[in-house]
Amino acid sequence: MKSLMNTALGLSLVVAGATAASAGELTIATVNNGHMIEMQKLTPKFEEANPGITVNWVTLDEGTLRSRVTTDITTKGGQFDIMTIGMYEAPIWGSRGWLEPLDFGADYDVEDILPAMRGGLSHEGTLYAAPFYGESSMIMYRKDLLDAAGMEMPDRPSWGHVADAAAAMTDKENDQYGICLRGKPGWGDNAAFITTMANSFGAQWFNEDWTPALDSPAWNHALNFYVDLMNNYGPPGSSANSFNEILALMNEGKCGMWIDATIAASFLTNENMAYAQAPVAITDRGANWLWAWSLAVPAGTNQKEDAMKFMEWATSKEYIELVAETNGWGKVPTGTRQSTYDNPNFQAAAGFAEAELAAIKSADPSNSTQNPSPYVGVQFAAIPEFQAIGTAVGQQFTDALAGNISVEEALANAQEIADREMKKAGYY
Amino acid sequence: MTDKQRDIWKNRIAVFFAWVAALLFFFPIFWMVLTGFKTENQAIAIPPLLFFEPTLENFTEINERTNYSKFALNSIITSFGGTLLALLIAIPSAYAMAFNPGRWTKDILMWMLSTKMLPAVGVLMPIYFLAQNSGLYDTKAVLVIIYAMINLPIVMLILFNYFREIPKEILEASRMDGTSTFNEIRQVVMPLAWGGIASTALLSIILCWNEAFWSIVLTTTDASTLTAFVASFQAPEGLFWAKVSAVSTLACAPIVVFGWLAQKQLVQGMTFGAVK
Repeated sequence: MKSLMNTALGLSLVVAGATAASAGELTIATVNNGHMIEMQKLTPKFEEANPGITVNWVTLDEGTLRSRVTTDITTKGGQFDIMTIGMYEAPIWGSRGWLEPLDFGADYDVEDILPAMRGGLSHEGTLYAAPFYGESSMIMYRKDLLDAAGMEMPDRPSWGHVADAAAAMTDKENDQYGICLRGKPGWGDNAAFITTMANSFGAQWFNEDWTPALDSPAWNHALNFYVDLMNNYGPPGSSANSFNEILALMNEGKCGMWIDATIAASFLTNENMAYAQAPVAITDRGANWLWAWSLAVPAGTNQKEDAMKFMEWATSKEYIELVAETNGWGKVPTGTRQSTYDNPNFQAAAGFAEAELAAIKSADPSNSTQNPSPYVGVQFAAIPEFQAIGTAVGQQFTDALAGNISVEEALANAQEIADREMKKAGYY
Repeated sequence: MTDKQRDIWKNRIAVFFAWVAALLFFFPIFWMVLTGFKTENQAIAIPPLLFFEPTLENFTEINERTNYSKFALNSIITSFGGTLLALLIAIPSAYAMAFNPGRWTKDILMWMLSTKMLPAVGVLMPIYFLAQNSGLYDTKAVLVIIYAMINLPIVMLILFNYFREIPKEILEASRMDGTSTFNEIRQVVMPLAWGGIASTALLSIILCWNEAFWSIVLTTTDASTLTAFVASFQAPEGLFWAKVSAVSTLACAPIVVFGWLAQKQLVQGMTFGAVK
């Protein structure tokens, strides 16, 4: 009995010791993207400036990060003091009181954060996450191939023009394809890209009464256009292609054009790259997406004050200048602050700066469809049910692209899936 | 063709197929190690590069960014700890089932094995809550317990089969000499089944080492294992194949070396009971 008591006492001391040791220790969950890795490398500068605070990083791939932080926040696990989340989670979690509202001092200059980013990370005017780097989508194309084809790329081309350019640049015998687009299923993969395309064709995910609108003629037109474009001018096996696969194809010189995240521009190695705004069909509303990897503090953390300090540091103008000093202006996290784009050094270092800023500024998550819609978000609808719906519908799009089913069948199935989920969730 | 010549040819064909099978199994490992020494652009080059100027930049970056030895130590402690705990439970249980079987012994074994068919995510929330509320979250102890539990059915089944190979007469003789049950297991059963126990332990260690789901879900910073270490190098936006290959090489290396050192026990265990 005595030894049992001693063991229990020992265990309680260990637990107490563990709790005490965690004071001043921040645990941050993040993804393994280039800008995040740089933040980890520069963290000792923050620790030097803030003695008593140490930072532990938990780096995960995107899917695992999403499930880990969701599990943690819904169970109030308290494992993380700062979470890296996207524009999809911020307004939903903020509205449920799961995130601390952000209230920065005047030095932080919150007004400098691009309005589209602030809007997308807020709920009812309250900011719940601070953008670390942001992105929109744009056209990245090989100017040499387009010139050789005797064509030009306007600053904001139509989808018809993009199809003509893709046709002109395609030379299948020499393994040269006019256009590469995402085809891999996922709400953040093909569904995100096709949604921006559909927005521009006048389509939307939900009607004002939350009934799904995937059976509309606009969706049919958009998806048919996408499937035809990829079948005629895209590379073989497109249904498995996501960001990294297409990046590899671009760098191997096999694609003439790619429409994807603006961040891709910084990874492209071909010296003939040029940039234009995402194409439009009947409207430019929602034609290019908007995303921000952001930092947020879960409600109820014991380290709120220290977490806020770190967040303020990592998303400040001074941090961007620190990255510029360390690695050069071409490597700074972009898409968050107007001051970055106003900086002449950045303008000189980043050839894509102008196109990226124009793309981000033109994206409006609260007004992204031709006809009124009840949701916020450009390439997604910021409702909890969307992840499941978007991924299941993305699978239908992939099936249509692979030729397993027709576009009409894919959209009919998609409508049924969305209708079932929305009914189950009690929207109508 | 004489019989002797026919035998030689049969042998040659068998050796040829053995080599093909061995190369098929080895090629992904060879390619992983090779890719770890490439740059990110070389890693995705088409056609794939077999000859290139090797670089250590991936290993240098991994070393700068993370504490490999901490992850490796956690993997060693949790794999060996989980296996030891599983053996402590499985040896007496398998002994009881092998030498004193009841009417339901086989059904119980099958039921235990059927729990392996349960998808791990199905019990995620209860185990997550239990770990959190017991203060064991992000500790090596929770992984040791989980690893022992998930491998217990397989360890039990294999040991049960090994123990059944031991002639009952030997146990009866020891009982006649007045040996207690504990001593019978320790001094008679375990030495006779040592090869089997060693190969079962090795299999369990490998399964624990490669386990990714629970080690990622139940740890953050203190108890993360090498599987979490590998997962942290995947990137949704950016090239990562060369770094992931280098990380995977580092994650596989200890268990490959261990397996190579223990191969004698493994082969001995596999052939145990084959010749009586």
